[in-house]
Formats: sequence, C-alpha cells, structure tokens
Amino acid sequence: MTYSFLRLAAEALRGQTGWTPAWRDPEPKAEYDALVVGGGGHGLATAYYLAREHGITNVAVLEKGWIGSGNAGRNTTIIRSNYLLPGNEAFYEHSMKLWEGLEQDLNYNAMVSQRGVLNLVNSDAARDAAARRGNAMRLHGVDAELLDADGVRAMVPYLDFDNARFPIKGGLLQRRGGTARHDAVVWGFARAADRRGVDIVQNCEVTGIRVSNGRVMGVETTRGFIGAGKVGLAVAGNSSRLAGMAGMRLPIESHVLQAFVSEAIKPLIDCVITFGAGHFYISQSDKGGLVFGGDIDGYNSYAQRGGLPLVEDVMEAFMALLPLAGRLRVLRSWGGIMDMSMDGSPIIDRSPIEGLYLNTGWCYGGFKATPASGWCFAWTMAKDEAHPLNAAMRLDRFASGALIDEKGAGPYPNKH
Amino acid sequence: MSQRFRTAAGGRIDRARPLGFSFDGRGMEGFAGDTLASALLANGVHLVGRSFKYHRPRGILAAGSEEPNALVEIDRGAGRRTPNLRATQVELHDGLVARSQNRWPSLAFDAGAVSDRLAPLLPTGFYYKTFLWPPRAWARLYEPLIRRAAGLGRAPDTADPDRYVQCYAHCDVLVIGAGPAGLAAARAAAGSGARVIVCDEGAEFGGSLLAEERARIGGVPAAEWLRDTLARLEAAPETVLLARTTAFGYYAQNMVGLIERVTDHLAAPDPALPRERLWQVRAREVIVAAGSIERPLVFPGNDRPGIMLAGAVQSYVVRYGVRPGRRAVVAAEGDSAYRAALALHAAGVEVAMVADLRDAAEGALPQMARDAGIPVRSGATIVGTAGRLRVRSVTIGFSGGRERVAADLLCMGGGWTPSLHLYSQARGRPRHDPTIGFVPRTPVPGLTCVGACRGVFGLAEMLADGAQAGAAAAMRAGFAASGESWAVEDAPSCECAPPRAPGPGSGRAFVDFQNDVTAKDLRLATREGFRSIEHVKRYTTTGMATDQGKTSNVNALGIVAQAVAAPVEAVGLTTFRPPYTPVSFGALAGVARGALFDPVRTTAIHGWAAAQGALFEDVGAWKRARCFPRAGEDMHVAVARECRTVRETVGLFDASTLGKIEVVGRDAAVFLERMYVNALANLAPGRCRYAVLLGESGFVRDDGIVGRLSADRFHVTTGTGNAALVLGLMEDYSQTEWPELQVWLTSVTEQWAVIAVQGPRAREAIAPLVEDVDLSRQALPHMSVRSCQVCGVAARLFAVSFTGEIGFEINVGADHGLAVWEQVWERVQGLGGAVYGTEAMHVLRAEKGYVIVGQETDGTVTIDDLGLGWAIGRKKQDFVGKRSLSRPDLAAAGRRQLVGLALDDASRLPEEGMQVTAAAQDRTAIGHVTSAYGSGTVGRAVVMALVADGRARMGEIVFVQMTAGAMAARVCDPVLVDPEGARLHG
Repeated sequence: MTYSFLRLAAEALRGQTGWTPAWRDPEPKAEYDALVVGGGGHGLATAYYLAREHGITNVAVLEKGWIGSGNAGRNTTIIRSNYLLPGNEAFYEHSMKLWEGLEQDLNYNAMVSQRGVLNLVNSDAARDAAARRGNAMRLHGVDAELLDADGVRAMVPYLDFDNARFPIKGGLLQRRGGTARHDAVVWGFARAADRRGVDIVQNCEVTGIRVSNGRVMGVETTRGFIGAGKVGLAVAGNSSRLAGMAGMRLPIESHVLQAFVSEAIKPLIDCVITFGAGHFYISQSDKGGLVFGGDIDGYNSYAQRGGLPLVEDVMEAFMALLPLAGRLRVLRSWGGIMDMSMDGSPIIDRSPIEGLYLNTGWCYGGFKATPASGWCFAWTMAKDEAHPLNAAMRLDRFASGALIDEKGAGPYPNKH
Repeated sequence: MSQRFRTAAGGRIDRARPLGFSFDGRGMEGFAGDTLASALLANGVHLVGRSFKYHRPRGILAAGSEEPNALVEIDRGAGRRTPNLRATQVELHDGLVARSQNRWPSLAFDAGAVSDRLAPLLPTGFYYKTFLWPPRAWARLYEPLIRRAAGLGRAPDTADPDRYVQCYAHCDVLVIGAGPAGLAAARAAAGSGARVIVCDEGAEFGGSLLAEERARIGGVPAAEWLRDTLARLEAAPETVLLARTTAFGYYAQNMVGLIERVTDHLAAPDPALPRERLWQVRAREVIVAAGSIERPLVFPGNDRPGIMLAGAVQSYVVRYGVRPGRRAVVAAEGDSAYRAALALHAAGVEVAMVADLRDAAEGALPQMARDAGIPVRSGATIVGTAGRLRVRSVTIGFSGGRERVAADLLCMGGGWTPSLHLYSQARGRPRHDPTIGFVPRTPVPGLTCVGACRGVFGLAEMLADGAQAGAAAAMRAGFAASGESWAVEDAPSCECAPPRAPGPGSGRAFVDFQNDVTAKDLRLATREGFRSIEHVKRYTTTGMATDQGKTSNVNALGIVAQAVAAPVEAVGLTTFRPPYTPVSFGALAGVARGALFDPVRTTAIHGWAAAQGALFEDVGAWKRARCFPRAGEDMHVAVARECRTVRETVGLFDASTLGKIEVVGRDAAVFLERMYVNALANLAPGRCRYAVLLGESGFVRDDGIVGRLSADRFHVTTGTGNAALVLGLMEDYSQTEWPELQVWLTSVTEQWAVIAVQGPRAREAIAPLVEDVDLSRQALPHMSVRSCQVCGVAARLFAVSFTGEIGFEINVGADHGLAVWEQVWERVQGLGGAVYGTEAMHVLRAEKGYVIVGQETDGTVTIDDLGLGWAIGRKKQDFVGKRSLSRPDLAAAGRRQLVGLALDDASRLPEEGMQVTAAAQDRTAIGHVTSAYGSGTVGRAVVMALVADGRARMGEIVFVQMTAGAMAARVCDPVLVDPEGARLHG
C-alpha cells in the first residue's frame, strides 16, 4: 500500500478504515539466506539494502522486543556529516546523501529536516579545530561554514554569548545537517524492507550463535533455532553480549547515555546547536519539545537509566548556554546503552568467524549513520568484503594502530 | 457578582482574605487557599485552554498534577514568565497574572481550530504518509507550517532572574505523599525517633483527607485527626516536612530527587529566597504513598469544558467551596463517583442524574444518593454530549432508549489507577489485578508502597497499611517502632471499578486530551501493525504530552488490548520515566550558572596584567594574558613588538598556568622513568629534561619539563590544559599498575607562581634578585634547577627556555607571586625589556620549531610524527605507550609528519586548520596547517604543518588550500631561528 496524500484523502471518505499493517508479523522460517540480529535502525536498514542493493530478500531481522526499542528510539535525532578524518568523512557524507533522498526511497516521511547543525566555538583553540574540520569537509565537497560571533548571534541571538568561561566566539555550521524523526526512520525502513520480502520478527531474542568449524550456522532464539549462512549483528549496546555468544571479545564497553525532552514550547531553537565545551547538544522537535543530551554517565552499565548527578551536569550546560531556560521544564529523561569503542569510531567488518559480521562501536553517534551503516553493512555481508566507505572501520585496527580517533582522546571508551 | 459559584460556607479557603487576579486580562477575585483552577471555577470560568492538535476548547479536568488541559502561562514580570503551568497546581496570590495558551486571536475564537474541521484528513500518523511530494516542499512549505503550529506555551524572552538552590539530605525514612497512608506511615516512623522526611506535592498535607467531609478517625472528624497528626510531626525533632515538594525521580540505591517550590505561591517573595530547591535525598527506607489517579471515561464528546473528573469535583466542592456548575450529571463506573454527587447535592447543585455504567448500583454510596433524592440510573452508557465552549447537555443511552439531559457539569468517575511511577522507576515490576488494574508485584529493596498506590483503597485500610509500613521501615532502619491503629467511622466502602475498555461509539472519544488522541486513533494504529503499547504510544503520541499520560495511559491500554484481542497484562505498560511531573531546568542546574557554571582560574599576576591593559584568552580553565598592547597599538603591532623585544633584549612572561606536579618518594625516579618516554632515572639532581608523555595507545598526550630537585623529589610541569589529565593518568598507573612503587603525586599548579624571563639579557635582569646561586652559564647551564631565594622569597629557579633565548623561570609561592613579579618587572623595564603574552610566546616558540601538544597534536600524532623520536630513551625496557609503538600502522609509510612550510608569497598568512594538498586542484588532503603566525624575525609567515611523509618531502612544493584558492608552499625544516642553539646556551 503506497502512501500519498491522495490515499489519505480517499481514506478520509471511509473513516481511515482501509489501512493495512505497515509490515507483516510473520512466523520465523527455519532457514534464511541472511539474518540480521537487532531491529533497530541499523539492522532494519541493513535488511532493506540487502534486498534493494543486492537482491538478497530471503532475510529476517530478529528483534528481542519491539523494533526501534533500543537506541533507535532513544537518541536525540541529530543527523550531520561534519567529520574530520578520512576514514569517517566519506562514510558520513554518504549517509547524509542517503538521508536526503530517504523519504522518496522508502515512501515514508521520516521528517528529515535539514535545519543546520551549528557547533559553537568557545576558544581560539576550538576555533582552530573547527577551521581544520570545516576545511577538511569543504575539501571533500561537504558544506561547512565558519561563522564568527556575529554570524552565530544572527542565528541564535538568545544564547549567552558572554559566559565568563565559555564566551561564544563563533561556530562551524553545516546547513545540510539537522534532525530526522527517529521512530519514523525505524518504521520507514521496516515497512520498506517488508515490502521487499524481508521478515521482521519481533519478540524473538537471540540466545545463542551456532558456529561449526569456524562458520556460522544460525542462531538459537526464544522461538527456536533459525539457520542462516550469514548473520549480521547490529545490536549496539548489547554487542559484547552477542559476540560473547560466539566466543568473541570485542573492544567495546557499554555505557549509559541519558537524553531529555522538555515540555512543548513555541518554536525557539531552529537549528541543532552543539556546545562542545560543555558537552551539550540541543534541537527543537516539530512538536515543540526541546530535545537534548550531554555526556555519558561514565560507568559501564546495561541498565537503561542514569543517575541524577549527570542530569545536573547536563542542565548546568543548558543554563549556561540558554539562561532564559530557567523556568522551562524537563518533561522526560531516559537512558540508552552506548556501544563505546576504543577510538570513538564504529566497526563495520567481517569477524574471525566466517559468515558472522559485526556492526558496532557507534558510541553516541549511531543515529546519523543509520542509512550508510545499513548500506555498508549490507554490502559487507553480501560481498563478504568491506566497501571502500567502511574500509577503515575494521575490527583489527586496535591491534594494527590504524585508529580513527576523531577526538584524539585515546583508548578510553568513556572519553569519546 | 464576583465568585458566583462559591458555596455559602465551608471549604479550607480563607474567605476573609480575598485575592485579586487576572486571566486573559479579565480581573477576578478568589480567596487565599484557592488554586488558580478553583478560583476560575468560582468565577464560572471553565474554558481555560486549547488542545494541541485540533485546538479544541478545553476546561479544567482534574484538581491535581494529573491535569492535562488547564495549562496556563503565569507572568511575574521580566524574565519571569512561566509557560505550561497547571492551573490546578498554581496557588492563587494577590495580583496573579495568568494567560491561556496556544490560541489566536482569542481563547473563545481560535483560528487554529480549523484543524478540528480537517480532522478526517488528519488521522493519527498522517504526517508519516504524506508531505512526500514534491521532495523539496517538506523543507520549504510543510515543515515550516507544522513548526509554526508547534508547542503550547512560550519561552521567556530573557534570562531567568530567579535563584535556584540545591540541598542534600540523608534520612532513615522518606515518606512520599502526605495523604492518609503517608501520614500514618510518617507518624509511626517519626514516633520511633528515626530521621524522617515527609514530602507532598500539594500546598497542604492531607491528600484525600482535605476533601473528606464526613469520615471520623479515632473518634474525631478527619480534619481534626489531620491537625493532630501534623502537630505531632512538626513536634518530632528529627522530622522534616516539605510541602509543595514533588518526588520527581527515583535513582539507584534509594536516592530520590525532590523539587520544592518555595516562592511561586507568594505575591511578594523575599528576594533572599530561592524560587525552588532541589533536594537529593538518600534514604535508608523509602515509603511511597503516592495515591491514585482517577480515570476519565472514554465516550464521544468527552472533552468539552465542564466535563470533569468526579474526584476533582468533590475536591472543588468540599476543599475549595466551589460549585463547578448549576446542573450536573454524574457518570459513574464505580461507587466513588457518588461522593461527588453527594457533595454537589449538599452544596446546592442540582444533580440531574447519576448515570451508573454498571448493570446495578447496590453499594452504600448509591444508597445514600438515592436517600438524598438524587435520581440514580444503572445500565447507562454515555452516548454523546453537546455544547461548544461548555457542555450543555449529555445524551445517555439505556436499554430502553436514549435520554438527553441538560447539564453544564458532567462528572466522570472511571475508577482509580494506582500511581506506580516511582515504584516502576525503582525497577519494580507490576502485576495486573483484574479489579484494580496494575499494582506492585516484585519487591524493591528499601522501598515500600502503601495505600492507594498499591491498590489499597478505603480510609481505614489505607491508615492501617501506612501505620504498619511506617513502623516496619523504622524498625528496618534500626529504631523501635510500633504502628498505631484508629477506628474509622462514616467512611462508606467504595466498590472499585475495574478498568474497562469503552465500547466503540460514533464520534470522537478522546483518550489523551492534550495531544488529541482518540480511541479511533488507537484502533487505527493497531490495524497498521503497531501492536506493542510502546509502538502505539509513539505512533499516536498518546501519553506523550506534558501530563505523560497520567489520566490516559490505562484507558489507552484497555483500548489497545481490546483491539489486538490480548489480555491487558500481555500488552503491558509503557515505561515510567523521571520526572514524575516536569522539573524546571533552573532547579536542576542550581547555582552552577553564569560565572559559576565552570570556574575561571586566574594567576597571581592577573590583576597586574589587567591593569596594564592586557587582552586575555581562555586556555583550559585559565585566563591568560594574550598580549599587552600599548597606546595606539593593535594586537598585531603589539605582538610584533613583544617578540622583537624578547629576541633583542628581554621579556617577562607569566607562565603560572603551567600544570605542576610534585613527584616524591623513594621510587619517584623509577616511576617517572616508566611514565615518560625519556631516560629520567639517570637525571642528576639540579638538572631538568624535556620529557614527552604518551598514552597507552602510543600517541603523544603531553610534554613538559621534569626537574630533579633531589634524589627522591621531582618538579614536573605539564601543558596548561593538561594538568588534570596528566595527574589522573599518573595516579591511574600508580594505583593500578605499579602499586609497589613508593611514590606520591601532588598537584602544585596553584601553589607556584611562575615568572618567566627570556631573552639575551635575561641573566642580567634577574641576577641582582637571586641569592646564593651562581647564574653563570657554566654553573647554571640551560636545563638546570636550583632551590634558592629570589627577592628574599623561597624559590625554585629553572634555567629553561620556550623561546630559543636564554631563559629562566622563577617559581615562587603564589602568595608572593605578584610582589616578586613587580620587582622582576622593574629590572626588565630598566633594561628596556617588555612584558609579553601568550601570542608572542606562540610566535617565538614556533620560530624555534617547538611544538605545543594540543596544537601540533590531536591525539593521533606519534612522537616520531613530531620529529621528537630522539627523546625516547633507547635503552629503556618499557614506558607508557611503548608497546603500541610497535603496531604496524604507527610506523607505516604515509603518516603525517611535522614540517615547516614556506609560502611563495611572503605577504600571505595561512590560517591554522587549512588543508594541504599535493597539487593545487587535489581534493584529497595530505596534511593540514597546525600553526601559522606572522614573524618579523623570520620575515615571512612561520607555518607548521603535519604533512604525509613530510620529512621526505623537504624542498617539495605543496599547496595550502586557502579560502581564496590554493597557495604554493615549500616544505622546510620547522626550526627557523637559531637551529644550532647558540643563543639558547649563550
């Protein structure tokens, strides 16, 4: 059933009763050509691109709960491609290009909203770093503008420009960056994958990975064994658990990251604003809620909730940036489990086990990567080799030293 | 006449204290003790807001924090305009200014209501299915329109002038909720001598007792029992009572966040008071007595102003002395709604009918209603309502037909939902009880639910439950306690109404009032495959409004369960997340705002520099003097002069911000030998060494000077921004890797002021001020340290240079810093020298090819990339990061190496961060500029860059991608001044 305004209007005449399920609810088959574990954005996108790009449609996505219940449904919905390092920039720009045509491709309005991402600059050193980043982006043909304080003031006059510690000295703006409606991304990929024959199996938890002679045979699930010659893991904060089922130890730690939304207010913040010095980022949703977040809580955790001290930390940054926010109110807070890698960059790669593929290490930044992550992971699974776009995102880089350390923070997963 | 809808007498308001207020500019009067909602109702105002999606007229539904409709803006003047406050929680004060929201041009006539007409086109999730074509229209047309319609209230225009503070408390028993169960628990716990904190979100303690008109507890009226209980609690020395305080979040291990509203209810608050207090309470035992929330009924047209929750109506009549209408219909799904009917009747409101949705109405309360002469009809269904800005009539269906009853008030009693929020936040797992709904199941250590929030209803039962739990909690906390018990009379039992799904009716039956989610929307979502309750919530937005579904979630659940033909418990609840009710950012941020957000660090010489007219820059947390322009100079000219003076004469520089760590102990040398790449164990006392610190991954993290004062004592400096990082790294290794080493690490950054004197006449400048040290080149060569007296003050004198000139750094206690600085300044000035800032320092060090970690490095640069491989102690077995250096990619070809760049055009100055390519048209960078300064000494720009295989490219032409196009540059050695070091050792 194709979505369109005409269809909606026609349905209006019969009380919107003619809509059918956006995706089927199939029983899992005994065997698939490929399995994707994890019904988040990355997993569903992978299944979609396996079908669309590689013609592999005998695919199932296995989700332990309901699709989009993990980080896909818990993030702050920011999309951008303002990366510095060669191993990252082309990949994220590919993602941005996929975002730009996603709605027509999926026939689903994921509300991709290119309202601009503005990274504030609070010191001369930060200005130099922003210049380097912006210059690297422009050299790659990616849009980037370095603004001075007046340029920032013209965009976001309500910020505190004269904070004693973090006066706003300028900003790096990527106008093509912005936000997307995170749940709609999940549902759009699910529906589009389903329309190409992919089985989306919810409430199906993987409990084991069957490996024989170094080859993956399939997975044990709460709904029985499901066979497949190719199994891709796209399970974010649970990557270490799943890899552990196959006897692997990943260079990943799981950390809790909180996110917040305020009560809905009339439009105030038009673009995405990031305040690196305070580790804070904020945008306003189309419904009016201010969506924002800060740092990880800083301890390893699988619990999807954080502590009050970090809440204070985030609100302090909020108030430093936006002193008029004192009387606005936070409506809801939640936690997600981040798969923090040792250099802050992801892994999309084969694993030492034949037929088992890894998609992990997204740290805070997985949402914006969703389309390219699925696209590259599908390629890697289909061809059993990396695409040039994810060639640097190797599992063995921690041993070889070919790290992709954007922030230069070193092998501390809680510092990226 | 003002307050036409006041009862003749009664209620807890103070009729002797009338208060003036305004709503949408209309002046009205209420009484002390009113909420804005009760005062509006007393004036006959029901229409108070518009819904989010359809802009439907909405009235006051509830009497507490669960209110979804009556959101208003309260304006207390500049910067003090607060949006989205619930009128049911806003306490009236004299001069209160309230406005309705989300309507234009007026509340009664709202243009946005056109969306209500378009409702057939706007089913739930319509926006996911349309706005797709043409592709560009989303950004240019559709989304701007949607965003314009977004939001409810307005943000303030200016900074919030109010103060917010934070408190921390420990207690033995924290009681959340001061209704009958909570008070009984608090009484039992406080009586044991335990430290007790009792909080309640209301202005007054008492909960449901505040609207209790007939019950007697322990032989006295409930109000008297309440008075007595509060008096006892107030008298208990270890008990803290916090009214207007919401427990908003439960965090791990019985940490509970409370928010206390201190001044919002006052007409003229004491400016010394904060607006709100955030309490962080760590409690041995937490007792949750959060009560329950009444469910609305879901029937077509259930959202008109004048349609209210029955319990709320009872509260308005009994507690506030308000008659919320002239002629009422009560729709009852359980006995409790009869209490509203009786209260209305007693207050002189005509109750046209109690329409009982059950097949029979047999209990004590229905009988009392009948005895009072109120018509009671069972087997009823509410078919619809009429009225635009206020309900006018109610159409009720019976087995025999329909009846249209004129009424301006419709009370809905849909049963009560236990408040599981905090229990669920504490990771308690509820179960579904067929007669009550969800109630706690799994125990949570240290947390007890009592009363209605665990499904215990009935006054006697709640009191007993609370008293028992309060005593038990106090005993677990180590106190001898016993629960009291009270006889309860005249509290007729209420048959609980099990939550049930509404029948499918025609017309829109609203479930989530604020977000305009109807039963039909929920059913549509399930038809489209959104069968998990979390999916339904996200797809329809039910329960996502500012009330977070307090009145809607259970109704939505029932409808979804029915639609997917699954038991309610299988569909499950959505996750409860903090905060319970919205919490202001101000309170959570507390005092850490503005200048207090992050500390500003200044040196002992800061005031002097400011007086000299220095320009400052932020480096790490420090303010550093960037340059000292003289009259008529701009920064450019000033820096050039400062540089020249240092190269020709002598300059004075405040280096106090350098990180300083005192490393002491028998094994201090061994420790530093293991930390730094350099050979340091053999460093002689009195000598210094430039040392480089790597991280475990082999990349450069910091550099500095290691000075050995004696066999077991070192003075180590770090980069200004790196002091905490380096100390943390050292502590990490000391404590976890090498605990056998006897070494102590102390941060002394702020203990020493560092006065750098650099230039050919530096020795001459300081000589008269230094006692007992031979400053000659032979006696005190470059890279030496001595403990001595400078200007009569104990000092550590370093012969070190970051300029390439002869240099000294005088370390004196920070308290003496300014005094010594001034004497040194006098000498420097006398020799024709100058004070210089960080900008000149940068230029001088760049001319000499010295790197700055963090400027030339970004965490991915190796020591070899910087050309500093010579610093590595060749005979060393190990140091931090050594193992990583053997990784293949750290020695692979193509790594970016530090070089100088000489631009063809000597007049051009590239910017730091510019990309470097091999050919002018290349789009692939081979490097980037890390430092670039104009240099009078060199006569052209001094440029440092990291370039792939840079050292092998010496003499090659590369291109700097400037904004105005590519600029050719020759790769050269980064050391441009005195490569032999003759000046340094002079």
